[in-house]
Amino acid sequence: MKHLADLPLWIGVPVALLLVIGATLTLLGTLGLVRLRSFYDRLHAPTLGTSWGAAATLLASMILFSWTEVRAAVHELVLGVLVMVTTPVTLMLLGRAALHRDRAEGHKDVPPAVARERETSGTDGRAGQGASPRPALQPDSPGIFMDR
Amino acid sequence: MNRLVPHPILILALVLMWLLMTRFTLGNLILGTAIALVAGWALGALEPERPRIRRFWPLIRLAGIVSLDIVRSNIAVAALIVTGGRHGQRRSGFVQIPLRLRDPVPLGLLAVIITATPGTAWLEYDGESGVLLLHVFDLVDDEAWRHLIRDRYEALLLEAFA
Amino acid sequence: MTETLITWAIAYAQFALAVAACLATVRALRGPRAQDRVLGLDTLYVTAMLLFVVTGIRVGTPFFFEAAMVIGVMGFVATVALAKFLIRGEVIE
Repeated sequence: MKHLADLPLWIGVPVALLLVIGATLTLLGTLGLVRLRSFYDRLHAPTLGTSWGAAATLLASMILFSWTEVRAAVHELVLGVLVMVTTPVTLMLLGRAALHRDRAEGHKDVPPAVARERETSGTDGRAGQGASPRPALQPDSPGIFMDR
Repeated sequence: MNRLVPHPILILALVLMWLLMTRFTLGNLILGTAIALVAGWALGALEPERPRIRRFWPLIRLAGIVSLDIVRSNIAVAALIVTGGRHGQRRSGFVQIPLRLRDPVPLGLLAVIITATPGTAWLEYDGESGVLLLHVFDLVDDEAWRHLIRDRYEALLLEAFA
Repeated sequence: MTETLITWAIAYAQFALAVAACLATVRALRGPRAQDRVLGLDTLYVTAMLLFVVTGIRVGTPFFFEAAMVIGVMGFVATVALAKFLIRGEVIE
């Protein structure tokens, strides 16, 4: 580890701190992934790793490599943008898939499809059951990344 | 701009990224430009209309607010996981929020914001009624969440996009 | 002094991320349902990516970042494909 040899303290301390914070947050996220009970709760756990877990680690790498001048710190920026843009898409799709499957199996603890509930919201209690004009979630139901 | 170069800023950014990630040579410049042009055409074919940003200031303010919120909710969710959900007191649930936004681009931004913030997950958006279904990790008050999303994020996005 | 600090921080980060990857694998293997497995896999990809970044800091070569980027893109495509499959491919009704 020659490149780490003569780092000044004011670079070393933030880098070490950011590394520890990032790794700890990611670890806590996966801990939640294992410990939480329902799928929808678990859906929140990885966001710890993808928000500040990733950001802190990449920031540490950026500071360090900008100092040692092995290369410009573009890789981290690209990685950060990649994580920021892709995580919402995957988590949203997974959430929708879970909703779709739970509704198709008739679970009581998930809310029914939005449009149908609005139609029957006047007569409360009937929202989740009975003859619905529309299937629970159509495969092509509008989603902002899917339609058009 | 025109048919040949549909998204000039995106293409320029792509070329710049290509050059910074490899090494500056003529070959890389040509290859990067070619790839960026193809990417621009592909995007032009996918999305005929471009987002119209009316004001930039709300977007900058939104970025500040969101990064602060992400830090705060990171700490909150991490604490909840460590303490086992306030020792069994935590309750999660679904919240339905009617949105005023209709354009796909600000809606996409809102989706990124909500999903990037730990503790809230975007589940479903119904395009006809404009109702968003959220899952909230630590749900105390539905109405507070509706206010938070509508006043804190959506209002700024409405301001920014025409 | 600074070197030992950073070396320890890197060692801790690598250890924590490795444990995190194991935990994500546990969720992917244990399920119970298909969406849990996909979520575990997605988390595993992100954790592996961060582990590569930290290893890159330790070794000091840019190659690990290229690898991390490939992992990130692959993880995204894999998760999207699996999630789409869960929405459309499986016949439950």
